Amino acid sequence: MANKFLGSVMATFDKLSSRPIVKKVVYALAVFFLVSFILIPPVLGITFKLGLAEQVFSNPELVNRSESAIFWSFAIAFSVATLDLIAGLPIAWIIAEGRSRWINIIDALADIPFVIPTVALGFSTLLFWGNSGPVSLLGVIVPPGLLLVLLLHFAFSFPVIVRVMVGELMAHNTIYETAAKTLGARAFTIARTITLPLLRPGLIAAFLLAFARSLSETGATVIVAGLFENGPVFIKNAKDAGLEGPMVLVSFTLIISSVAVFALIRLLGNRLKIPLNRAYPGPEAGLSSKRSVNFRNSVTLLVFGLFVVLPSIYITFPAFGALSDGTLQKAISGAGVWSSFWQAMTLSYVIAVLVTLINIATGLPIAILIARKRLGRLATTLLDALVNVPIVVPSVALGVSLGLFWRTLNFLPEFWILVFAHMTITYTYFVQAMAAAIEGIPEEMEETARTLGSRPLHVFRKIILPLAKYSFLSGAILVFTRSVDETGAATAVSQTMKTAPVLLVSWVKHQVPVTDSDIALGIAFLVLTSFASLLVLRLIVYRGKK
Amino acid sequence: MPLIRAEGIRKEYGKVTALNGVNLTIKDGEYLSIVGPSGCGKTTLIKSIAGVVKPDAGDILIDGNIVTPIPIEDRGVGYVFQEIALFPHMNVYDNVSYGLMVRGVPPLDRSGPVEEMLHMMNLEAYVSLYPKELSGGARQKTAISRALTSGSTLLLLDEPLGALDLKVRTILRYELRRLVKDLGLTAIHVTHDQEEALSVSDRIVVMRAGQIVEAGPPMQLYLRPEKIFTAKFLGEANFMTGEVTETRNGDIMVNVDGSRLIAHTGINVSLEEGEKTVLAIRPEFVDLSTKPGGVNTWTCEIISASFVGDTMRYDVRAENSANLLVKAPITGHESSFMAGDKVFMTLPDENLLVYRLPEEGLEKALSLE
Amino acid sequence: MPSLRLLNVTKRFGALKALDDVTFEVKDREYLCVLGSTGSGKTTLLRSIAGILRPDEGDIVLDGERVNSVSAEERNAVYVPQTYALFPHMTVLDNVMFGPLAKETDRRIAEEVAIRVLRLVRLDKRGDAYPHELSGGMQQRVALARGLASGAKLLLLDEPLGALDVRLRLELRTELRKLAKESGFTVIHVTHDQEEAMTIGDRILVLRKGKLQQLGTPYHVYNRPEKIFVASFVGSTTFLEAIVESRSKEGSKLRLREGLKVRVIDSSFEPEEAVIVSVREENISITPEPRGDEHNRLSGDVTEVHFLGSFIRYVVKLTNGDEIAARVPIKMVKTEINQGDWVSISFDPMNTHVYEYPTLGLQGELEVS
Repeated sequence: MANKFLGSVMATFDKLSSRPIVKKVVYALAVFFLVSFILIPPVLGITFKLGLAEQVFSNPELVNRSESAIFWSFAIAFSVATLDLIAGLPIAWIIAEGRSRWINIIDALADIPFVIPTVALGFSTLLFWGNSGPVSLLGVIVPPGLLLVLLLHFAFSFPVIVRVMVGELMAHNTIYETAAKTLGARAFTIARTITLPLLRPGLIAAFLLAFARSLSETGATVIVAGLFENGPVFIKNAKDAGLEGPMVLVSFTLIISSVAVFALIRLLGNRLKIPLNRAYPGPEAGLSSKRSVNFRNSVTLLVFGLFVVLPSIYITFPAFGALSDGTLQKAISGAGVWSSFWQAMTLSYVIAVLVTLINIATGLPIAILIARKRLGRLATTLLDALVNVPIVVPSVALGVSLGLFWRTLNFLPEFWILVFAHMTITYTYFVQAMAAAIEGIPEEMEETARTLGSRPLHVFRKIILPLAKYSFLSGAILVFTRSVDETGAATAVSQTMKTAPVLLVSWVKHQVPVTDSDIALGIAFLVLTSFASLLVLRLIVYRGKK
Repeated sequence: MPLIRAEGIRKEYGKVTALNGVNLTIKDGEYLSIVGPSGCGKTTLIKSIAGVVKPDAGDILIDGNIVTPIPIEDRGVGYVFQEIALFPHMNVYDNVSYGLMVRGVPPLDRSGPVEEMLHMMNLEAYVSLYPKELSGGARQKTAISRALTSGSTLLLLDEPLGALDLKVRTILRYELRRLVKDLGLTAIHVTHDQEEALSVSDRIVVMRAGQIVEAGPPMQLYLRPEKIFTAKFLGEANFMTGEVTETRNGDIMVNVDGSRLIAHTGINVSLEEGEKTVLAIRPEFVDLSTKPGGVNTWTCEIISASFVGDTMRYDVRAENSANLLVKAPITGHESSFMAGDKVFMTLPDENLLVYRLPEEGLEKALSLE
Repeated sequence: MPSLRLLNVTKRFGALKALDDVTFEVKDREYLCVLGSTGSGKTTLLRSIAGILRPDEGDIVLDGERVNSVSAEERNAVYVPQTYALFPHMTVLDNVMFGPLAKETDRRIAEEVAIRVLRLVRLDKRGDAYPHELSGGMQQRVALARGLASGAKLLLLDEPLGALDVRLRLELRTELRKLAKESGFTVIHVTHDQEEAMTIGDRILVLRKGKLQQLGTPYHVYNRPEKIFVASFVGSTTFLEAIVESRSKEGSKLRLREGLKVRVIDSSFEPEEAVIVSVREENISITPEPRGDEHNRLSGDVTEVHFLGSFIRYVVKLTNGDEIAARVPIKMVKTEINQGDWVSISFDPMNTHVYEYPTLGLQGELEVS
């Protein structure tokens, strides 16, 4: 009985979806939402208070600090992305080739900095390289500052490169390499002249992603920066000091310059000519030999282990320590600082759920528009670029601008401003995942289904969704975990309400009376819950790969 | 000295046996085609010769040297892939000169041989175009040029014309043979199109289920195939099972479901009275006429008639209920028959192929797997 | 009442006209074959009829109703692409039921219809299988069944046999036609294989660069090709450049290169006009010695001999440099003719066609795309 009712409801909606006007309205609403809720607030908001930036120019010290912060943001991002590309590519290669027994282990380890919320990464890095960490036993200590920031960024941008490149390598059709072999080329020559040029779009995408992540990250960087300042750190410091002017100026500059730099790298990257004119069979054969390959692999694995894996998992030690010294009971009982901790966790997860649902509902039509190029070539490229803006712009700057926008309009309570901030940051992930999945479904299949009498909504329900369900779920989970993890925008926007990562950063900076065990345990809880959701993601994706 | 030899090649993929002990010798300068249904192992065989696939057992010898352990890049064999596999990020010129480039030949020294090859293949107009801008035929020619520019004398072609339209295929296949012969190369051409194989090869190898069924010059395999499968796979054939009623000096009289046929057994098959035999005849050798003929003439009824341009295809039911396919050229002198016509059908004894009834039964022996 | 009518349909992609002023009718229950090579516009034609593409100009009329602005799901014309587009996540039965269920048919009735259709294509036992578990031939039949079960009366097949082995193609050809006729469907079947088109089409529509070249029965298109392109694309034809020397009621005398003369039956061109004369390869007879009683006797050297199984094709370079090709059915080959032999060729004026000399030259006219 209920089934029949549901059936006829669906049938009515299906019929509606055939009418051109209905389709146009749905897409128009989605685009309207994208523009007015995702794009305009972060772009326009900053202009409301642009006048405040003037404050800064009268203070030479602030001007210096601002310029230096912006410079260092880009310098670090660029260096880290380059280093990660060089170090990550061989690891991606090892994983994609899949020949060694250790593959699964390396694969899982490479994901760790991605799995762990950046707050935890920051704290773990701080301890690892600090004066009570294991490296201090060798006489090496890296105190909070520029170098520690570099080490941190290197570690957390690493999995981005590896993930993207493994995906590219596995999707890559190796027939070109085989063809090159029949023409007498050796492994190194083939990699240089065939594989890398063909993977260029992937390399650029990976570089840009790592770049964006470094530029944007706030929470962990604040933890390890000490007195050093890059963009996000400066903005947070300015906020804590109540200096709105510098906040606005640096945010504004970061927004404009990050978009410009991205566009530049995208355009130039594709034009970059890789010299393919000559080969040197002698030396290149040497580089292709088993010995060279093994050497290269060992070095990369060493770097990977020492600079990425160990610093990331170090947090487990103090966390375990916290289990046995009574902190656990304190935490569970919600005593003292822990009551605000659980409040913050609840807030983070409620926001995450809302954000995921809203992003799915509003992002789906956009994903379809992009994947099926419904608006024509030029408009689709523009739409695609617009959708990518939130990840290009550093989240803290985005948060500042967005906060200013809604506060000036003054009808949204803080909770909703927080929701919108998290929504903006994560919007891109779902759209990208769904668009890629839909693009992978041959359009012919939809067309054939339609000629069989199936209306657009029916095609979506019965064909697209089932075939894209793994991407759908992984996109949703990505949004969810990214939302929980977010520190930058949350820091910029929050006034009275603190999300879990923001709260934990204040704990690490001892802005609240907490013990080291409290910090370790709090972070451990955050890690565990993130880990659980990403585990679910992995299981779903792996089942889908079959 | 034979240029290539495959000895006892065996290759398995899990439970599937792709090659089951294949032995093949290819002479220097020969244009050899390998045909067979999908899954027969022809692509696996050619890949083993190239080194793309490593056989589980057996050896490949080139000019007397065992090359089985030698990796692809050192075998010096030109290979044209079914998927063509032109490097998408390089234009025609760079694709074709790649083989020379990786050998360390500087750009100036490469231009001579490359330009000569492009001229020979009529690709000069496409020099700076990229693969996605080329037509199917041009892509194919570029792939062949690329394989040849490295100077190898052995060319392996894996369904080289498979992706092309029928008309383009028929033109290009002759060009391919002409090129191979002009350059004095040895070529192994894998195809599932048996007309293609018949028209360009010096010798054809017929494969099935991982083994070589028969090998020989096209005319021989077509007109006097030794194995039943060859008779079926190359061209079309009618098969009839019957019982030998009389034998006399190499001639046999066969009873096919009540009708009689006289046939000649070749040197390879000797049958005795009472034995079961399979007779085969190609549809183009069956004569239809309104006038009664002599030996081996049966009455029959035309079940269906199709016009196919220069021939008529008739489905015919003979007096003994056998169904046969007949292809008759349209000459203009006589008019064609129509469905329902009752005519005389002659199966000339010189065109009847005689086989012993296979143990596994006719149907199994003819199946494509 | 004609089932489908196209009136002056034009479809552009940028500057390219994929369909150029196409007008034709398809009768109810007709099996129409659209013949053309890649790039001829045949896929665009099907997709426009199906409603996936909208024409830029002209009208598409289905069963008397102009459907230009009717959405694909409401047109009742099923499109089956070359890749079949079977839904990989659904079983065979679910795939076939998809059409009826999309049109809100009761589930039980949909299942009955589906099973009935699957029985027609002999796949009723594989209802629970998934597409990837089936062979190419079986997938093709599922795609067909899905179309048949949908309730539409117009079936649009895009190279339905293109992905299959040569053998399977021959077998499934006639089955396809039989199925369509038995179910009372109107079919538009696109192919680049002219033999396929001639065997199963009630009529053939030849398409080239988006323009309709000729529409007629196979006999008509084969024996009275109205354009040079049709004469070359359908069947195998030799073309010679000539100038009209004289004409009369019974025919004309043409002058080839270096003064060689031929007679043709056509008399529509005036003296001194430049023309192209075409003869089908099977209508050219070839003998080592001239017999003296033939029309249009010319001589030359045999440059190539191709064995094609049921016939042999000879390429002859005439004394004036022109090239002709003759095909002789294998059973009519009386004396052996080899490469390099001097031969005499002849053809009946009745078997010639004459065309106006094309503005783009002969090669331009023969280009497929």
